[in-house]
Amino acid sequence: MYNIKEYYEAATLEEATELLAANPNLTIIAGGTDVLIKMHHGQIEKAELLSIRKIKSLQGIRKLEDGTIIIGPLTTFTQVVNDPVIKDNIPVLAEAALSMGGPQIRNVATIGGNICNGATSADSASTLFALNARLKLQSKLGERVVPIQEFYLGPGKVDLKAGEILTEIIVAPGDYQGYGGHYIKFSMRKVMDIATLGVAVICKIKERNIFADVRIGLGVAGPTPLRCREAEAFAKGKTISRETIAEIGKLAVKSTKARTSWRASKEYREHLVEELTQRALKAAIVKAGGEEIA
Amino acid sequence: MAYTVVGKSINRVDAVAKVTGQAKYTGDFIERDMLVGKILRSPYAHAIVKNIDVSKARALPGVEAVLTYADVPKIKFATAGHPYALDPKHRDKEDRTILTSKARFVGDAIAAVVATDELTAAEALKLIEVEYEVLEPLLTPEAAMREGAPLIHDDCERNILSSYGYEIGAIEEAFQEADYIFEDELETSIVQHCQLENHVSCAYVDSDGRIVIVTSTQIPHIVRRIVGQALGIPWGRVRVIKPCVGGGFGSKQDVCLEPLTALMTLAVGGRPVRLELSREECMIDTRTRHAIKYKIKTGVSKDGKLIGMHIAAISNTGAYASHGHSIAMAGGTKFRILYPMKALKYEPLTVYTNLPVAGAMRGYGSPQITFAVESHLENIARKLGIDPIEFRKKNLVNVGYVDPLNGNTVRSCGIRECIEKGKELIKWDEKKARYKNQAGTKRRGLGMACFSYASGTHPVGLEMAGARIVLNQDGSVQLQIGATEIGQGSDTVFAQMVAEVLGIPVDMVHVISTQDTDITPFDTGAYASRQTYITGMAVAKAALEVKEKILDFVWGMTDIPAHALDIKEQNIVYKHSGEVVMPLAEVALHTYYDTVFARPITSDTSNNARINAFVFGVTFAEVEVDLKTGKIEVLEIYNVHDSGKIINPQLAEGQVHGGVGMGIGYALAEQMLFDEKTGKPLNNNLLDYKMPTIMDIPDIGVAFVETFEPTSPFGCKALGEPPTIPVAPAIRNAVLDATGVAFNRLPMNPQRVFEKFKEAGLI
Amino acid sequence: MKPVPRIKLKVNGQEYQVEVPADITLLELLREYLSLTGTKEGCGKGECGACTVLMDGQAVNSCLVPAAKAEGSEVLTIEGLASPDGRLHPLQEAFISEGAVQCGFCTPGMIMSAKALLDQNPHPTREEIKVALSGNLCRCTGYAKIITAVEKAAAMIAGEGRG
Ligand SMILES: Cc1cc2nc3c(=O)[nH]c(=O)nc-3n(C[C@H](O)[C@H](O)[C@H](O)COP(=O)(O)OP(=O)(O)OC[C@H]3O[C@@H](n4cnc5c(N)ncnc54)[C@H](O)[C@@H]3O)c2cc1C
Ligand code: FES
Ligand code: FES
Repeated sequence: MYNIKEYYEAATLEEATELLAANPNLTIIAGGTDVLIKMHHGQIEKAELLSIRKIKSLQGIRKLEDGTIIIGPLTTFTQVVNDPVIKDNIPVLAEAALSMGGPQIRNVATIGGNICNGATSADSASTLFALNARLKLQSKLGERVVPIQEFYLGPGKVDLKAGEILTEIIVAPGDYQGYGGHYIKFSMRKVMDIATLGVAVICKIKERNIFADVRIGLGVAGPTPLRCREAEAFAKGKTISRETIAEIGKLAVKSTKARTSWRASKEYREHLVEELTQRALKAAIVKAGGEEIA
Repeated sequence: MAYTVVGKSINRVDAVAKVTGQAKYTGDFIERDMLVGKILRSPYAHAIVKNIDVSKARALPGVEAVLTYADVPKIKFATAGHPYALDPKHRDKEDRTILTSKARFVGDAIAAVVATDELTAAEALKLIEVEYEVLEPLLTPEAAMREGAPLIHDDCERNILSSYGYEIGAIEEAFQEADYIFEDELETSIVQHCQLENHVSCAYVDSDGRIVIVTSTQIPHIVRRIVGQALGIPWGRVRVIKPCVGGGFGSKQDVCLEPLTALMTLAVGGRPVRLELSREECMIDTRTRHAIKYKIKTGVSKDGKLIGMHIAAISNTGAYASHGHSIAMAGGTKFRILYPMKALKYEPLTVYTNLPVAGAMRGYGSPQITFAVESHLENIARKLGIDPIEFRKKNLVNVGYVDPLNGNTVRSCGIRECIEKGKELIKWDEKKARYKNQAGTKRRGLGMACFSYASGTHPVGLEMAGARIVLNQDGSVQLQIGATEIGQGSDTVFAQMVAEVLGIPVDMVHVISTQDTDITPFDTGAYASRQTYITGMAVAKAALEVKEKILDFVWGMTDIPAHALDIKEQNIVYKHSGEVVMPLAEVALHTYYDTVFARPITSDTSNNARINAFVFGVTFAEVEVDLKTGKIEVLEIYNVHDSGKIINPQLAEGQVHGGVGMGIGYALAEQMLFDEKTGKPLNNNLLDYKMPTIMDIPDIGVAFVETFEPTSPFGCKALGEPPTIPVAPAIRNAVLDATGVAFNRLPMNPQRVFEKFKEAGLI
Repeated sequence: MKPVPRIKLKVNGQEYQVEVPADITLLELLREYLSLTGTKEGCGKGECGACTVLMDGQAVNSCLVPAAKAEGSEVLTIEGLASPDGRLHPLQEAFISEGAVQCGFCTPGMIMSAKALLDQNPHPTREEIKVALSGNLCRCTGYAKIITAVEKAAAMIAGEGRG
């Protein structure tokens, strides 16, 4: 039983933004796998829910002619895993999606909900960080587009203004074409677990063995997902070698703001960042067409 | 002995009901006007309620009753699911009331409401105003035993619940005699049963004014008695019904909800009330497994013989006694048969703390002590440079050994064969050679551990079992037992036993799976892996009695002496030739309707088994350790058991699979965590508590060494709990083999492994 | 508690219109309003899979579905798996014959997750079976016989040419 006071179902985006504008108490519910858990724990009481699940325009994944990929926020994790556009163009996102929850959760949980929930452990977020994803937000008053890095404000806090709905997750062609990527979810169980650390690395290789670009997105290495700018800057233009990769792993730690909790110590998380960044990078290199580095 | 049904993998008798959704569990008894009970829990680990105001809660529409500690009987009672002891000295510790004015752990029940629905009940709880005087929370046994620490229960000095131990031989002399002395300190963590069905019970008052409780329990007859005691009412005024149970593993060998549920229905004029715990509640306010710390000192001779062992143990029993006092003792008793030695001294302290209540859980103290002893022996073997398996073999028990303290005798023992089988299954020698010189970040290793255990509780506890059989008109029978099916498959093996004795197919044995204290024969219940062995005796006895009556009846009908007859394939036959005399169904019909001789055949038998049988077994494990991340993966694992004759191989395998799965969780991942300052639970849910999923468990190999136990009618011995016991130390020993790092603490989760590897200079 | 304007849904092939409070879940609707108690609750928050049903062909945790969300959907529960003539589904038969059932509390959810798998992938590998059942916890069986049972059911269905 949930403490639900009202349950509205919006059929269109306009209807949803209207309702939101009219009632500031509404909580958006997509798959509900975060919202309902919060209600279960009493963090949300007497909820007035606005379901957006039936809004057609927020569903599905498209690739525009210029190569831009638009992911509807209502896309479930199962859909992300199986989607041909994702599989062909950004398979690393499918990997990340498959690591999330279990089948029943993936069948209902949405990628938009994953992001808007604001958790640092969100399995899609580190990859979307690495992909420089941008988010389109719409309210009755209009729309704006923000880079995902700016969207995350703090633990559980995102830059979603009153009345706004996330309507598109946008990945530009230049941010994925020619890249190979790999996601490592480090958790205590192989499935049905929240990441102790999530590491998404994408990279692009030129002249067979030179890093044209490396991007590292981390989850649970700080209060929000984050990028490892220092390591990325170091990598650019470097020849691929064990030593470079080791250095990238070391530098990645510098961008983290891990803390000790009952789940893992700061020291351990940092150790994992160093180790797993290297492992993810090595896998990404192969997927980007590079040679395997033992 | 050749059996026709015993020893066969027949399908479970309750399987169809369970795969179609027809099986009824306690929560499925839904009545439209059923009220909902909910508990107000203390947010503090240690506190005294100064004041409580329930007036606002009472006034909330939909609230039917509010109860506080002031409304419950002023009777202290014990909750452990043990048979009642006539001797007051042997009774369980009576240390709690149904609701309390002194909170002893975060989650302790202070008050309760009964309301028309769940949300109203939840709302009402919020309206209860409580003023607490917060006391110092004592979250470790060390803190609790400290001089001057506040007392959790007034009558237990230094918060020590019990310190009962033993000494066999003279330990100091043995140490003098030994060539080497080894010492280790090891400890286990608090884990939880996580049976899939949470604790739930429903109660109402029937038209005779008796309290009827439908409840998810392993021990219906004990529940009746304890509810009677807790409420201070005659035990016969309580009727307990046990429908299907969705797992227990010991957490339901305890009386957790029933007294309060009974009180709730009384508070609302006997209307039906359901009290169902959420998973979060279930994980903190039912029972947990004791975390135990061991200090072990062992004397060994040059040729690798164990001379003497001294074990000091500190067991954290949490806020109330439950089974605590007897678990330390049971663990210390059942392991010692495996390696008899001159001297053995066991000094356990069971200590109260302000944490959830520890109680019975699969293995009842044995997984803890087996982890400690089998890890310790591994360390010794390595230090002595003896092959760990050879070291154990030098010290193993033999048939004929009599436990010097309780007189229990080893009458069947297949431990050596178990070891050989396990070695072969895992390809021990071949892999040992292969893994000799490993490099790289991933290292493999092999480990093993042995265990001994008992079949039931004799001579500590009463081993009473009851069975009733009724022969129907068509030659089929009804079987009623007081023992409880909780998933382990007991109903099915009982049906096999009856079918075997009576010469009928299993589907002619209708097992009444529901226990109802008003009508089922008395049995103490499902625990101590006792049912197949102990209740099996009563079932066999009842079946033999029915058979005897049938053959006597035929004698009357035919003048063929009973001793010349037998029953085979539903026919009465001549024993010597097998020639059919008449169908059993015809006899059965006559027992009902013969106008002169009719006398329906039944048997109602109890058996007080003053005997026990030792079981043995071993786990062999192969692991791969990631030196960089601290992740341990079990690649292969085999359990080999001597549980005597296996009545149903498929069910037996299932027990082993489940036990091994639980053991893997115990070894690598599971632990209940509490805030170190406040004692608040941190991971009391199934996402944060790392019980293994289907992806976390490798293929599990199972084998049996079938000895024949002469004290059992079918040669069988215990199997339910044992599979869990040796798993964690085998994995731990495999990790030691792979990395050279000797873990002394469970679980070996990545964070711990990381820390230990740093310490060892591996990272 | 505010009743929602009647929920219309199809469960196990049968149309229902039920008036339920806004705050209940699909799980409660099934168990308490339709008396379909085969679907179990082990956690109430998506962590155990005991409440798994198929909603429009997909395995979902019915404890995480507000009843209102089930409006217009087609739900299949464990009670709807056997043929109307009582013939068990191959998954049910295989769970019995392979000994995949112990306490049985996880069983309905396990079977429904397995059903969702076999509907989409009639010839799964052991690994695919594990992934499909990875949202369902079982404490009794160590999962071993459950995996074998699903393999066997797949083979039975292939043999029978039925779905
Ligand atoms: C058992 C279990 C396991 C889980 N495992 C994982 C895991 O492994 N990895 C992981 O990352 N997460 C996990 N989660 C968390 C959760 O499933 C995910 O975060 C999921 O993606 C949330 O999506 P949803 O559609 O269910 O969100 P909802 O609960 O519907 O919404 C989440 C938040 O986002 C807001 N919101 C949703 N959509 C929009 C929108 N379009 N515009 C504006 N706001 C919106 C909601 O108001 C709410 O605040 C798990 C949850 C459970 C219960
Ligand atoms: S009850 Fe729904 S997942 Fe556990
Ligand atoms: S059979 Fe008991 S939980 Fe799976």
